[in-house]
Amino acid sequence: MVAEKARVLNLVQAINEALDLALARDERVLVFGEDVGRLGGVFRVTEGLQAKYGEGRVFDTPLAESGILGLAIGLAMGGMRPVAEIQFAGFLYPALDQILSHLGRWRHRSRGRVGLPVVVRAPYGGGVHTPEQHADSPEALLAHAPGVKVVIPSSPERAKGLLLAAIEDEDPVFFLEAIKLYRGARAEVPEGYYTLPLGRARVVREGGAATLIGYGGMVEVMLEAAEVAAREGVEVMVVDLETLVPLDEDTLLEAVRETGRAVVVYEAMRTGGFGAEIAARIAEGAIDYLQAPVVRVAGYDAPYPPFSAIEHHYRPSARRVLAALRRVLTY
Amino acid sequence: MKPKVVQYLDRGELPLKEGEALALYRAMRRARFFDEKALTLQRQGRLGVYAPFMGQEAAQVGVALALGEGDWVVPSYRESALLLARGLPIHVLILYWRAHPGGWRFPEEVRAVNPYIPIATQIPQAVGLALAGRYRGADWVVATSIGDGGTSEGDFHEGLNFAAVFNAPVLFLVQNNGYAISVPRSRQMRVDFVARRAEGYGIPGVVVDGNDAVAVYLEARKAVERVRKGEGPTLLEALTYRLAPHTTSDDPSRYRTREEEEAWRSKDPILRLGKALEAAGLWGGDAEEALLRELEEEFARELALADQAPEPSPEMIVEHVYKEMGPDQKRAWEALRQGKHVEELW
Ligand SMILES: Cc1ncc(C[n+]2csc(CCOP(=O)(O)OP(=O)(O)O)c2C)c(N)n1
Repeated sequence: MVAEKARVLNLVQAINEALDLALARDERVLVFGEDVGRLGGVFRVTEGLQAKYGEGRVFDTPLAESGILGLAIGLAMGGMRPVAEIQFAGFLYPALDQILSHLGRWRHRSRGRVGLPVVVRAPYGGGVHTPEQHADSPEALLAHAPGVKVVIPSSPERAKGLLLAAIEDEDPVFFLEAIKLYRGARAEVPEGYYTLPLGRARVVREGGAATLIGYGGMVEVMLEAAEVAAREGVEVMVVDLETLVPLDEDTLLEAVRETGRAVVVYEAMRTGGFGAEIAARIAEGAIDYLQAPVVRVAGYDAPYPPFSAIEHHYRPSARRVLAALRRVLTY
Repeated sequence: MKPKVVQYLDRGELPLKEGEALALYRAMRRARFFDEKALTLQRQGRLGVYAPFMGQEAAQVGVALALGEGDWVVPSYRESALLLARGLPIHVLILYWRAHPGGWRFPEEVRAVNPYIPIATQIPQAVGLALAGRYRGADWVVATSIGDGGTSEGDFHEGLNFAAVFNAPVLFLVQNNGYAISVPRSRQMRVDFVARRAEGYGIPGVVVDGNDAVAVYLEARKAVERVRKGEGPTLLEALTYRLAPHTTSDDPSRYRTREEEEAWRSKDPILRLGKALEAAGLWGGDAEEALLRELEEEFARELALADQAPEPSPEMIVEHVYKEMGPDQKRAWEALRQGKHVEELW
């Protein structure tokens, strides 16, 4: 159900629009978190929503992430559809107990009786010189929690449809938004209510030489690398995973089988990052097609640097993706 | 019953020794000078995101000066005034706010733990540090600080309870500036004063006029003495206001009014103590001008020192993650040192 008209929006505006539509459509939807009400969120993603829907449906909570997650769980048990914001993904850690011990377990623990339709939105990732711990990418931690879904959009029009699908979803969904894309990404976004299916990866650029695989803020980096490679006559495929859990393994493996070479790109710490999962799936499902080892381009095994002058060395760049590409092409 | 708000200034009282009163004033003036300069540097792009404390000098300096040399401070991110009063050199503080590695290691003698970004996580740690002193036969007191918003976090409550149960030598300073970014105190808690919560843990809770340096200093000193004698932790709540935005990326006009700001401006802790000093004949003439000249010179010297700090190099990213670099860090270090990335080394 896609309305005809589209306008150019950035990621902040697209997500705001999705929240607005969800609030309008379903009275059970609630939006809350630290500073989301009056201020409209530190990134203004919830701007104007409190004025429009009132303090009952869009509200500021006390500064307590474990409390926010616990509240969301209880609200969902009581039949509401909470959309909670954690101010930065790096501040999810105080809430990990609620996530790991409760949020993801309820459906299983109640033998299917209680599902928790909770959405947790959080900005993540680097590239914009934020202070310490504001650039963390904890998607692997979340993906490792049983019972939750993890969605990371890479563009405004995808974000709008995916967020609406996440809110409709009957299971808990973490929706991570790349800070770099908030105002950096702009795209045509259809008007009106529409959803995009969770759990599907998509090929965002075709090419036969190798496959680049990533998500969120790394998609534009991969596309930039692909563009440079194309100018040198090498056409590479770019896959945006979009949903990490559940993972669209079919699209992933098909894309790798087609080219026989894969580079996985993510901005979290390399060891144990989600890229390791991707590489393992490729090894399990496409080893016979591989013509080179799978290479990961990731952050280093260190905290995301709080030293803004050198953070760009940590966050994968097109240059690093190209170096990895060279390696798989010349293996 | 409303707790009593301890206050001395504006009543014509100055129950301090001349040296103490002047030390408080100079430390607050110096901190404000830094804050103003920091905002200017930030606007010029010579500082990263910065959290100003303007208006909260009395709360921070009052506590800093009530501590002894061997005591520790475990501050939050807004405590630059406390750190300065504790003896942190200005150039280190500038580097800290520049997100430069040179500012991430405070000199040992300052006895300050680097501020954390996650709210409230320092509170239980401060209790541990205090207990470590007891185990080791040192009589250090730990002063730790948090905002009113931070008191909603679980760690705040767990830390206070631990301190009470273990009778730990900790002074908890709550700088109640009325807001956690945009969220007013009333949305953070239903009690009128954070200090009321102390009773729930079985420890004393004291409320002071946080813009009255004398009140903060005297109450903090009392609490420190009590804590040092082994009588257990104290929660000291300073009622104050942050005249500047939450950080340099914030826009306070979205959540508070000009009138409110102006009302607090007239309660500026520096003006208030200054007036009391003048009335007591301890300040006046060209003393202020001379102090400002001194501060200007000091700041220029320190800024030059900060500017001379070498640019951080990329390989610093993977240094000091472990005592000894593991193979992954080593490989990355070698690549970054050569101006490359790890992918280019294969
Ligand atoms: C665990 C965590 N959650 C959220 C944040 C984002 N944040 C930074 S400062 C702040 C408000 C703190 O308010 P308060 O404790 O009252 O201190 P103040 O800034 O007023 O001095 C918030 C929500 C954070 N740093 N850490």
